[in-house]
Amino acid sequence: MELTSDPVLRADDVSVELGGLPILRGISLTVHSGETVALLGGNGSGKSTLVRTLLGLTPLRRGSIKLFGTDLADFKRWSRVGYVPQRSTINLTRAKVSEIVGSGRLGHRPPFLPPTRDDRQAAKEALEVVGLADRASAEMQHLSGGQQQRVLIARALATRPDLLVLDEPTAGVDLEHQQILADVLAELLRRGMAILVVLHEIGPLAPLVDRAIVLREGRVVHDGKLPRSAAELHDHHRTEHGGHEHETLDEPQRGSGPHVAGPLDLRSGAES
Amino acid sequence: MIGILSYPFMQRALLAALLTGLLAPAIGGYIVQRRLSLLGDGLGHVAIAGVGLALLTRQAPVPVAVVVCVAGAVLVEVLRQRGKATGDVGLAILFYGGLAAGVLMSAFAGGGTGALSQYLFGSLTSVTSGDLVLIGILAVVVLVPTIGLAPQLFAVSADEDFARVLGLPTRFYNIVVVVLAAITVTLSMRTVGLLLVSALMVVPVAAAQNLVPGFYAALGTAMGIGVLVSVGGAAGSFYLDAAPGALIVVFAIAVFAISWPISTLLARRRTTPVIITEPGDHADIPTPHVLTGTHPHHHGDPDCDHQAVIHQDHVDYVHDGHRHAVHRDHYDEH
Repeated sequence: MELTSDPVLRADDVSVELGGLPILRGISLTVHSGETVALLGGNGSGKSTLVRTLLGLTPLRRGSIKLFGTDLADFKRWSRVGYVPQRSTINLTRAKVSEIVGSGRLGHRPPFLPPTRDDRQAAKEALEVVGLADRASAEMQHLSGGQQQRVLIARALATRPDLLVLDEPTAGVDLEHQQILADVLAELLRRGMAILVVLHEIGPLAPLVDRAIVLREGRVVHDGKLPRSAAELHDHHRTEHGGHEHETLDEPQRGSGPHVAGPLDLRSGAES
Repeated sequence: MIGILSYPFMQRALLAALLTGLLAPAIGGYIVQRRLSLLGDGLGHVAIAGVGLALLTRQAPVPVAVVVCVAGAVLVEVLRQRGKATGDVGLAILFYGGLAAGVLMSAFAGGGTGALSQYLFGSLTSVTSGDLVLIGILAVVVLVPTIGLAPQLFAVSADEDFARVLGLPTRFYNIVVVVLAAITVTLSMRTVGLLLVSALMVVPVAAAQNLVPGFYAALGTAMGIGVLVSVGGAAGSFYLDAAPGALIVVFAIAVFAISWPISTLLARRRTTPVIITEPGDHADIPTPHVLTGTHPHHHGDPDCDHQAVIHQDHVDYVHDGHRHAVHRDHYDEH
């Protein structure tokens, strides 16, 4: 895979505060075209905040972000970016699939004008890619969680983006539908799209991931090949920071609450 | 029915009711989508301050109330966007402050609360020709963006983050929605009244969502229901000699009540069988044969309300969170 010199997405020393608390601290990362980057981390590690910051939804405290070589503040060509937010955060139950996917074309459509043939064609193609062309007139609330997720992906694809950003697309989706999602993303990669995907657990997406960035407490603790196991990352961590800090970082995972799958529990999806 | 049309004040009242019934559910569709169903109620309270100001300054109430209500709406939205109105306490203070200010100014003007009541619950006789012209103009001002910008307003109302990443000016569109809502609320004060207008924005939308699938279809249906109940309520209130607002809202809620059983019927008919597939990785392990306990109920009977799902070559019935499959004279757990 040939990587162009100018990355699709580049963040340098990004820091974000929410409510006066530091959420992200000095994060730098790049995503190149044709590359799949997984953003991993446990609850509260800042991965969703990072994605929102990279898209300009959460303000920066420090640092810089460039999309397609343009500074985020000056970036205008938003139709090159497709965003798939967390399914649980949005309220689209009564709308039809075609209406939702059609709204993905609004970046191309001037106000007060009806959709053009190209708009309809793009929405239709997007639904075909995710395998839901036959459900265009269904109401969102009648679809399963995995199908709803694919509708949101189709909505993002309708703009014909070069960079697709997905926030926890596998959350609440059963293993079989995760596999369908993986197949959809594999097809998009084949078309040369860059993908940045936030994952809580890797599951069936593992073979697609070129590079994994692991966040912990708002810092990048790993940027490279997908760690094969949680233990490997912990060793990596211990050599860098010493065992003492490792203990405190692991603290949220202990306790008597229900087991929450860690970001690196590759098997956890298969067991549930 | 022909009889009441011979009164000029009823002609004006019915025309005003028709426009209100068209506008309120149209903008209400976006308000409901944004889960701000009570925004109309709050803006109604702000408009009361405008009416009080008009009474005090001896101006025509509708134009003054429009200006005050739009200003209040923009203030609320800007505070929300800046994250200053995170708690609803700030909104409550603004809204009830508006109501209190209106009542006080009305009292200073010498009319007391009695002068206000025709704006709170509507009044057939109070629509002047001047009002009707203004209502007509503002109705066009509201309807053109409500329909012309429907896809944009829908996208922003349904998923603001996604709309921002599309590059849409979401802050502007959010302000457009609240300004249109403010104008609509104020125009409605002659017919449904400021205390009940929120019902006309929300209830027809809720009824329409029960009846038709899809956002745009529901929006159009809601406008139809709105016209029906507004004109019907205004006409009916003439015979009952009651404030039109109350009857309009009662009609709207009646339509909603009727839509409820219809929606359950439609939902049952629309149900497509769910197909369950087994995860393929354990195909070699035979599924254990687990019998259900005593089971007097016959799945598939006309009175059976358990959902039928297609499982491989047979049908299962979803029963208290597990699936029952017919096996000879008993049911298996699947």
